[in-house]
Amino acid sequence: MNALAARRRHPVAIALLLMLALVVTGGLYAVLAPKPAAAAAVTADQVAEGKALFRANCASCHGLNAEGSETDATGELAAFGPSLVGAGAAAVHFQMETGRMPMANPGVQAPRVDKVKFSETDIESIAAYIASLGPGPARPDEEWLDWEGQGDAGRGGTIYRSNCAMCHSSAAAGGALTRGKYAPTLEGVEPVHIYEAMLTGPQNMPVFNDANLTPEDKRDVIAYIKQMHASGNPGGMNLGNFGPASEAMFIWIFGLGIMIGAAVWLGQKGA
Amino acid sequence: MTDTSNTPDRVGSDEGYDQDAYARDVSTAVRLDDGDHVGDGGLPERFPNPGMPHHQPRMADLNEEAAKRAERQVGTLFGLSVVGTLGFLVAYFAVPVSSTMFFPGLGMVSTSNFLLGLCLGISLLGIGAGAVHWAKTLMPDEEVVEERHLMRSADEDRARFGEIINEGDQSSQLTRRPIIKYTFGAAMGLFALPLVVLVVGSLGPLNRPWKRLEHTFWDGKEGEDGTREFVRLRLMRDPQNTPIRPEDVTIGSAYHIQPEGLLELEHHLLEEKAKASVLMMRLDPADFQDTEAGNQARDWGYEGIVAYSKICTHVGCPVGLYEQHTHHLLCPCHQSTFDVTDGCKVIFGPARRPLPQLKITVDDQGYLVAEQPFMEPVGPSYWERERR
Repeated sequence: MNALAARRRHPVAIALLLMLALVVTGGLYAVLAPKPAAAAAVTADQVAEGKALFRANCASCHGLNAEGSETDATGELAAFGPSLVGAGAAAVHFQMETGRMPMANPGVQAPRVDKVKFSETDIESIAAYIASLGPGPARPDEEWLDWEGQGDAGRGGTIYRSNCAMCHSSAAAGGALTRGKYAPTLEGVEPVHIYEAMLTGPQNMPVFNDANLTPEDKRDVIAYIKQMHASGNPGGMNLGNFGPASEAMFIWIFGLGIMIGAAVWLGQKGA
Repeated sequence: MTDTSNTPDRVGSDEGYDQDAYARDVSTAVRLDDGDHVGDGGLPERFPNPGMPHHQPRMADLNEEAAKRAERQVGTLFGLSVVGTLGFLVAYFAVPVSSTMFFPGLGMVSTSNFLLGLCLGISLLGIGAGAVHWAKTLMPDEEVVEERHLMRSADEDRARFGEIINEGDQSSQLTRRPIIKYTFGAAMGLFALPLVVLVVGSLGPLNRPWKRLEHTFWDGKEGEDGTREFVRLRLMRDPQNTPIRPEDVTIGSAYHIQPEGLLELEHHLLEEKAKASVLMMRLDPADFQDTEAGNQARDWGYEGIVAYSKICTHVGCPVGLYEQHTHHLLCPCHQSTFDVTDGCKVIFGPARRPLPQLKITVDDQGYLVAEQPFMEPVGPSYWERERR
């Protein structure tokens, strides 16, 4: 100890200290910094294959190098494909695994298509190619999708009602937006897709990045949605869960119809 | 006192109109369901009153068998009601509230609710249908006219009424004892006042009630003298209640905001929330339109981050539906649509004013704060809105 203390003013000491500080900082950064989960698994071949697939299937709207194509003034029509630089693997995974991309034809919104036309490996390749263009959100770790084990549905409910319910409705049944666009139902959506939608903000959905809703928040939201749908709907016919509009329509047509029929029957003569 | 007009006068039988005139007119009248007719072009001098149609006796009036059958049908309907009522009681006590079942066409339903509703429906419908069937088949169905009797009471009844009032007046000595007369009048008159005060008082503060609509939590706490001291409150995530750095708000993000401290309120939390809620999003600064409103919106934001009141200027619904590419903000209640690139100008729907913008900046620790409170009352219009 004495020897160390005696040499603390040695010219080399400052250099050693600096080195130590740099190593600690770099090490901490390597451990703590967010890193794309898929990065380790990506190979150059995969990226090349993804690029070929992209050029064949996506480039007509998104451009040969995923730089995007011009939009019209309203941003709603025409073969508008946004730039995918920085979109990240999560966005590709979400859009293609839910069948939204490639879009069959230009429109205000890409609808969900249950029949996915690309294999898992093709989608992984395209995701690897898009992720190689610029840093973007990567696919979530399994840890954050374990809503059954670690999700807090009650906490997720408060987050959902503040951040999600205005578009997707309190029953997660979806709802209408402006000019033909809509928020889709969340029933039967894979947890990973719910997570990626929040992370990337597909189409007109706002982005809820990890600084806004932390991965724990997102896991809780998924737990809330899943448990709400698992608990069933003891109210019988839900009329689309669209609230007062469809319920009023039903009661006006059937409720009033039955009452008018009864009034006509009562007013008829017995003979 | 008897009044001949009180006796019901049968119509539909042979009385009530001139039978001879009717027969004469019917012989020359043209029936509409009688095929081709060649008229003589003339009109009768006056159309006769056809009167009531002839009464058609019903099956149960003519045939005792049919009457018996109708009686059994009515009895069955009432019996059905009894079964429904008993079923309700059984279902109430026997079926656990938490049990569910599948019903075709309805999906999963709560067994208890379904059975209670079904049995109560049968119970009420049985009574109603039985009563109607009874009236239609067995009760007399001849139309009768019952003339209204005179409204004015008989003279001797009126005189007697006056006597009774006078007697009461005399025996209670009301007119002879003015103290009682006036105090009793005052007591009975004022008795209603507490009720009126209760109803009117619960409508809100009597002194300039609109003052409560003018200010939000962003204006700061109200002091003893009624003035508010503005402090730059941080914008907090709702519901996590954590402050936000501008670098967290990436382009396309939408944050739901409450002012710092609001979510810790113990009283009037919902009232304050209903006025102070804010929606914050980040746009590419180049996306703002080059209009007066668009430029001001950008200036009142922070590097493309803009914050707007979430309370619709139409009737106060939360305007939370933000579309990140079209930059439309949609109100779910009546589809009022606001253009975020143009200072939240109304581009569709019944709202008439843009959403009020909250001017934001960054404090010395790098968190987003309000630079000033809302510069106009948030939410829907009220009469005194322009008076402040």
